[in-house]
Amino acid sequence: MKSGKFWAWVVFGIGTAYFFIPLLATFEFSLRMRRGVHSFDAYQVVLGDPRFQATFLYSVVAAIFTIILGVLIVVPAAYWIRLRLPQIRPVVEFITLLPLVIPAIVIVFGYIRMYGSNSPLPFLASDLGASALLVIGYATLALPYMYRAVDTGLRTIDVRTLTEAAQILGAGWGTIITRVILPNVLIAVLSGAFLTFAIVIGEFTMASLLNRPAFGPYLQNIGANRAYEPAALAIIAFAITWGCMSLIQILSRFAPKSANRPN
Amino acid sequence: MTDLSLSNQSVATKPAPPNEATAFRLPTQWIGVAPFFVFTLMFLIMPTLYLVIGAFQTGEGGFTLDNVLQLVSDPSISNSYWVSIKISFWSAIVGAFAGLAIAVAIVRGGLPSWVRSATLTFSGVASNFAGLPLAFAFIATLGRVGIVTVLLRDIFNLNIYAMGFNFLTTWGLIAVYLFFQIPLMVVIIVPAVDGLKKEWNEAAATLGATQWQYWRMVVIPVLFPSFLGTVILLFANAFGAIATAYAFAGPQLNIVPIKLYSQINGDVLHNPQLGYAIAFGMIVITGLANVFYIWFRTRSERWLK
Repeated sequence: MKSGKFWAWVVFGIGTAYFFIPLLATFEFSLRMRRGVHSFDAYQVVLGDPRFQATFLYSVVAAIFTIILGVLIVVPAAYWIRLRLPQIRPVVEFITLLPLVIPAIVIVFGYIRMYGSNSPLPFLASDLGASALLVIGYATLALPYMYRAVDTGLRTIDVRTLTEAAQILGAGWGTIITRVILPNVLIAVLSGAFLTFAIVIGEFTMASLLNRPAFGPYLQNIGANRAYEPAALAIIAFAITWGCMSLIQILSRFAPKSANRPN
Repeated sequence: MTDLSLSNQSVATKPAPPNEATAFRLPTQWIGVAPFFVFTLMFLIMPTLYLVIGAFQTGEGGFTLDNVLQLVSDPSISNSYWVSIKISFWSAIVGAFAGLAIAVAIVRGGLPSWVRSATLTFSGVASNFAGLPLAFAFIATLGRVGIVTVLLRDIFNLNIYAMGFNFLTTWGLIAVYLFFQIPLMVVIIVPAVDGLKKEWNEAAATLGATQWQYWRMVVIPVLFPSFLGTVILLFANAFGAIATAYAFAGPQLNIVPIKLYSQINGDVLHNPQLGYAIAFGMIVITGLANVFYIWFRTRSERWLK
């Protein structure tokens, strides 16, 4: 047992070194823009760059639309499967896993060929259409995470009883979903949303191939042309990811713990 | 009497005959899942099928196997597949063993509990920290003027670039990919390690097993399916990754996703149908990997109840 503990510390120490040395070194590097002293110049340059602000804002808006689209698709489906169609659950679960199997670059390649400007559904003919297609692509990427989060949330509430109670009180389907089911799974939806945000915000492949002015292609451009700014951007990106994950963890404390009726 | 009146009443409230009722029900039954199916059909399944079908077509629309055969016969394409498979395979294997070691250390190693929660939180973050920022972090650390490169050179007189280190080698990329592979392994495998019950160790000890026998005959067989399943997930994860590698070298690096990226951007292979075939090859490889994953997953779930 004594030696077991020793080796556990050794493993933990090596792991810590591998993960923290690059992060600390990146931080150190990002402070070196001004010769001879440590300064936050690189961050100032990055944050003051109008292209940073424009692309970051674009990606934030895209992420918000992605989350809304994801919720609109996933919540009714997951709810309906629990309530009425448990027999198609395996099919839906299989489909939600597909984006982990099919690489993003393949999906977007399919979009470019199927929804090009000469196709019956010419998404790529206009800027707005292309942005819509990007949001759709992001919603596809986020599908596995969103579905799992919402389905886990639904498992902790008694969908059938809540629905019947609402129906007895005279609620229609719209009311049931927006005012009974959604508030009950809100925390699960929000954790799916923050994970989606973390995935989408710096995404490069889809944004670049659809030629969108998003944060990912901006990062690539800065990375290819500057020395200190990329390090600052890496630290900012890490902080954003960390923020999203912390929010998920904080939210999980508010989630209902016990399953009333696991079905 | 009451029975009769009750059943009469229920018939009265449902005037329609049963078969007509189901005929009317069918569309409403599917209405909740309709947006989901329309969306996934239009934006996930059909675009993929479009490429798969295109892989077997000539430019004029006839059937051909030439495109798919060219994946093997064209040395630059087959080589890119080979490099991609090698990187994905080794980053998955090394990442899985390192992740398992960390998981065992924090769950079974008797470390203080803050170590466990801190490691899990950090793993959640790091497994999502991929793409371009990850490449930037490693360039700042081990690039030609990176902090660690310079420290090694100035203090230990070690020039790692003179020793042959480079991000664009297979092992250079693997070392970087481990930064998201190991944490992903930790996140997935910790529940499995948690599932090893203390009683099993005690039962084995009561029966006179040594620690080594306990590991060989209990721990490894129980963990093996979920371990192998996760290895395959890590493989698929690395196989589709493009942004990190792209940040190091732009389009020059010869791995499959970057090859496809250049082909989409500018038809560098001078044959649009060949792009479909490359995409098809990628789906086949990650698809096969995931078939194994699902298979191992169902096998491992039996033990983790």
